[in-house]
Amino acid sequence: MEFAELIKTPRVDGVVLHRPFMPTVEGTLCLTGHHLILSSRQDTTEELWLLHANIDSTEKRFVGSLGTIIVKCKDLRVIQLDIPGMEECLNIASSIEALSTLDSVSLMYPFFYRPLFEVIEDGWQSFVPEESFKDLESMTDEWRLSEVNKDFSLCPSYPSLLTVPKDIDDESLCKAASFRHGGRFPVLSYYHKKNAMVMMRAAQPLTGTNGRRCKEDEKLINATLCAGKRGYIIDTRTIAVAQQAKARGGGFEQEANYPQWRRIHKAIERSNVLQDSLIKLVEACNDQSHSMDRWLSKLEASNWQSNVKEILTTACLAAQCIDREGASVLVHGTEGTDSTLQVTSLAQIILDPACRTIRGFEALIEREWLQAGHPFQQRCAQSAYSNGKPRSEAPVFLLFLDCVWQILRQFPCSFQFNENLLIMLFEHAYASQFGTFLGNCVAERGKLQLSQKTVSLWSWVNRPQELERFLNPLYEPNNLVIWPSVAPQSLLLWEGVFLRWNRSTKCLDEAYQEMVHIIEYNKELQNKVNSLRRQLAQLETEDSPLQTP
Amino acid sequence: MEHIRMPKVENVRLVDRSSSRRIKVGTLYLTATHTIFVGKGSEDRCELWVLHSLVCNVVKHKASQSGYPLLIHCKNFQVMQFIISQESDCHNVYISLSRLSRPEKYEELYCFSFNPNVDKAEREHSWDFLDLKAEYSRMGLPNKLWHVTPINREYRVCDTYPADLFVPQSVTLPVIIGSSKFRSRGRFPTLSYYCKENHATICRSSQPLSGFSARCLEDEQMLQAIMKSNPGSRFMYVVDTRPKLNAMANRAAGKGYENEDNYCNIKFQFIGIENIHVMRNSQQKLIEVSALRSPSMGEFLMGLENSDWLRHIKSIMEAGIFISKAVAEEGVNVLVHCSDGWDRTAQVCSVASVLLDPYYRTLKGLMVLIEKDWVSFGHKFSHRCGHLDGEAKEVSPVIDQFLDCLWQLMEQFPCYFEYNEKFLINIHNHIYSCHYGNFICNSQKERKDLCIKEKTHSIWPHLWENKLDFMNPLFKPDQSQNQGLLRPRTAPYCFKYWRRLYNRFDRELHPRQSELDCLMTVKEETQQLEEDLALCEQKLAVLDKERAKTLYMQKGVLESKQALWSLPLDTSLANTPQDYIGGFIGGAPNVFTLQQGERESAELCLFGDKPKSSDADNSDQESGVADFSSHSSGEESLPSEDSVKDPDSDETGPNRA
Repeated sequence: MEFAELIKTPRVDGVVLHRPFMPTVEGTLCLTGHHLILSSRQDTTEELWLLHANIDSTEKRFVGSLGTIIVKCKDLRVIQLDIPGMEECLNIASSIEALSTLDSVSLMYPFFYRPLFEVIEDGWQSFVPEESFKDLESMTDEWRLSEVNKDFSLCPSYPSLLTVPKDIDDESLCKAASFRHGGRFPVLSYYHKKNAMVMMRAAQPLTGTNGRRCKEDEKLINATLCAGKRGYIIDTRTIAVAQQAKARGGGFEQEANYPQWRRIHKAIERSNVLQDSLIKLVEACNDQSHSMDRWLSKLEASNWQSNVKEILTTACLAAQCIDREGASVLVHGTEGTDSTLQVTSLAQIILDPACRTIRGFEALIEREWLQAGHPFQQRCAQSAYSNGKPRSEAPVFLLFLDCVWQILRQFPCSFQFNENLLIMLFEHAYASQFGTFLGNCVAERGKLQLSQKTVSLWSWVNRPQELERFLNPLYEPNNLVIWPSVAPQSLLLWEGVFLRWNRSTKCLDEAYQEMVHIIEYNKELQNKVNSLRRQLAQLETEDSPLQTP
Repeated sequence: MEHIRMPKVENVRLVDRSSSRRIKVGTLYLTATHTIFVGKGSEDRCELWVLHSLVCNVVKHKASQSGYPLLIHCKNFQVMQFIISQESDCHNVYISLSRLSRPEKYEELYCFSFNPNVDKAEREHSWDFLDLKAEYSRMGLPNKLWHVTPINREYRVCDTYPADLFVPQSVTLPVIIGSSKFRSRGRFPTLSYYCKENHATICRSSQPLSGFSARCLEDEQMLQAIMKSNPGSRFMYVVDTRPKLNAMANRAAGKGYENEDNYCNIKFQFIGIENIHVMRNSQQKLIEVSALRSPSMGEFLMGLENSDWLRHIKSIMEAGIFISKAVAEEGVNVLVHCSDGWDRTAQVCSVASVLLDPYYRTLKGLMVLIEKDWVSFGHKFSHRCGHLDGEAKEVSPVIDQFLDCLWQLMEQFPCYFEYNEKFLINIHNHIYSCHYGNFICNSQKERKDLCIKEKTHSIWPHLWENKLDFMNPLFKPDQSQNQGLLRPRTAPYCFKYWRRLYNRFDRELHPRQSELDCLMTVKEETQQLEEDLALCEQKLAVLDKERAKTLYMQKGVLESKQALWSLPLDTSLANTPQDYIGGFIGGAPNVFTLQQGERESAELCLFGDKPKSSDADNSDQESGVADFSSHSSGEESLPSEDSVKDPDSDETGPNRA
């Protein structure tokens, strides 16, 4: 298919762009296969380059022959384009509509994007399972890397290499896989060096109504327990939901079959509920007319903050089981690709200082989200302004980022990165020039040949020039476990994302710059003083023989 | 002392509110001024000192298995729960505390017995720390437009006003007297803030006694004179901060508001800030929400909404914005009043002043502002804060709301305030503590009659001495000076719940690492480094000089030798950067380490039904050690953040009274 077919009017002059807190721009609007571009053709004013993929929905209005298109983006920004001429306006609107809802992945921008920077380190190779297994091997020899899923036939949503207990052979893994939803048998998610406890994740067991059991599954997870120790199974559904799942062939681990495990149910909302929550929240944040009362009740009614609290609480629980109770943990919900990953990845941020570095955080996202088979493409197909019936869209990843932001707020010195990194990840998960978040699992990405045909987000982020923007000036490595507060008083609305386009950040930017300045000045002085002291010391030692010749 | 039925109770349990399983056992002492709890055991020894004047109420709860619970709510939002094993002991403590926390006479207040180790001259000097005359002259007054009238020197015209008042030069004494007779409690229009740049002013008064039709020529002349005192404007605003309905209801009682037809060139405006009773109930609801034990997100947000607290803060802020814009942008004079002109009027005038004048965003400036708009103009601190046992209906968090507005502004403008939120919280604490004399009584006259300056100490020098703790590291003075008028945004989401104040004592709710503390430490270190640098440079200069001298003197002798050692010296200097990287900056300055208190990160109580097993052997820093000990270690780092230990215990013992 040619993009040209979809672009009825490639260029319109005299278009006026309105953006909140920015001066209006008048200029020429151009549509290309992947971008909506508005240029005033003056060097001084900023141009607008908007990826079609970033467009969530559009609305059009007419007053006489002046048409207006309201463009609502997946990054939550809303812009208005005034287009003279009804026909032009209709053409532009329908082109945007068509170009922003392309079905075929291979037509997406990442396949056409050529980086303007030199790729020094190929992000596709930055975080391979073999590397993280090497780290694990240096701590314990209880685990092995299995190739049982080499051709993705055992579990289509898992990567080809999986970390499993050493004593469990591939045959048992196959049996265990047949007992878990989508073949997602229990695999290692995190090894807690401090006390050798582990966190595993899986999908629900397929016990069904007649209480099926699977010896291999039991053996597999028991293999992670030390003699005489008990473990915890954290089920991210309420007991009622888990019960109901039995009717559809799913279920949960029966105490009788897993006597060494204690099951805890902590409810985290499912995808369609979360999508609804996001839509309501963004509606509340964008409502210009609201009184104080309506704002708070709308915020409350969106349930977004409650979802943040529940996810964070469950992650803390998992972390607490591991670090405080000295127990191993297995986390699962239904499919093991959403709430499960929220919990396992947040627990690692709490427990493992390495995950609070930029590199470590990237590795965490690669490991616990991309390789673990979170269906990014499905979940991030639409954002808060989608007006169609939701299919499988859900802000699961955005909620995870929100939770990370909450921890970052509470431990502002313990993270190497700042809020900008989280916001950037949110943007790129929904629309990007990079291929990292395309596809739903490793197998799909392989088929799409993303690593050959597209550029990895990490190739860009990890360039020193870009990294600077994401560095937290207050960072001081902290090897402790960091326990966040999950009280409602302690959890804040993430303004950097949800009010980002509704506020001027002048004063906040100024404060940030001042903070950077204070710290840089301190370091500069430190360096000066040290070098002078050295000089002094040198002079003194060398002078002394002079004094007594 | 006669009110203390029970000076000491043993085996009292102090329950941590965040987790009922965390309990301290110790001894409870009642002194004339404080309730003191001393925890047993050498390792987790804790002391908790609470001033009686800070106690808001004492409640006995139903007996539980473990004993008789006693709940103490404080005016600084601290809540303590003690469990006393004997019913009679509990009752005695209850009766004693109930009486001790409700003094009947001013003389019983702590400020009259508080006796730090300073002499008389020093104490008197403490009262001279702030000088309102100097403040008015900073504004540029008196000048040819405004002067001080001697009319209230003896507090005869208005006993709730200060002695010195600014009125337009053109106003005669009969006009002032006439106007004062036409205003509630004689509070005639007088100047609160003067803007040098454009001569616009904020004036304040109480409501006129206009009823349905009454008018007063002198009052009309007074307003006319105020209007004319600003040569640049042809009208003035009269802002009634009450809701219109309330103001209209007042007309039936012979009070009311200005009729635009009777006054020349005024623009009349209602603002709609609710009265003290609505505000009291609102804060009560807010406190209940803040004190909920592990509420759900929904409970908290709905509670916050139902309290209406943030809506009230917004309305006060909006009033301040209206006035500040009138003054700065339109250059128009504004007369502000409510009913009596000492609550809403004080809030609105002071908020507007902070928006207008960068000076009030400095430490000293805020002290002056409170002294001027609140203390001198007769905000009824004793009634509003409930210093004495009396009418509960008079109590209202009017000044809390002003401090809350300031905090909201600091959130929006992080670089424009010299002080930080600890300063506000400290001021809040001392307004209620009755530790110093500043906020005792309801008017200047009462304070004079009670000889407050002779018998008590002033808070301001004490805060000034500790100013390092109250500095905002992000403050950019030059910029703020140029910034002039602050234009805060008033979208509902700009108003936030002030956790640091309302959950001040719930440590586990606050960030475990504080950006503020961190930056303050860095700044302190930077200062030290600047000194070190100067010292090093000085030494180096001296050494260089000496060396030059020695070299010069020994030149002849050493000439041949010099070639031998000058080479290694040069190469070593060339090597410096490399060595330097390896040796010195390898370890960055270790200034961000957690404070000791912060290390003991409190633990989540998720295993409500499970006894803790692993804590005991957890010797690392993260174990969920009790909060109280960490609390006091936090106190050490911040000496003036008082009230858990003895407020200002460095200065006095508890039994001095």
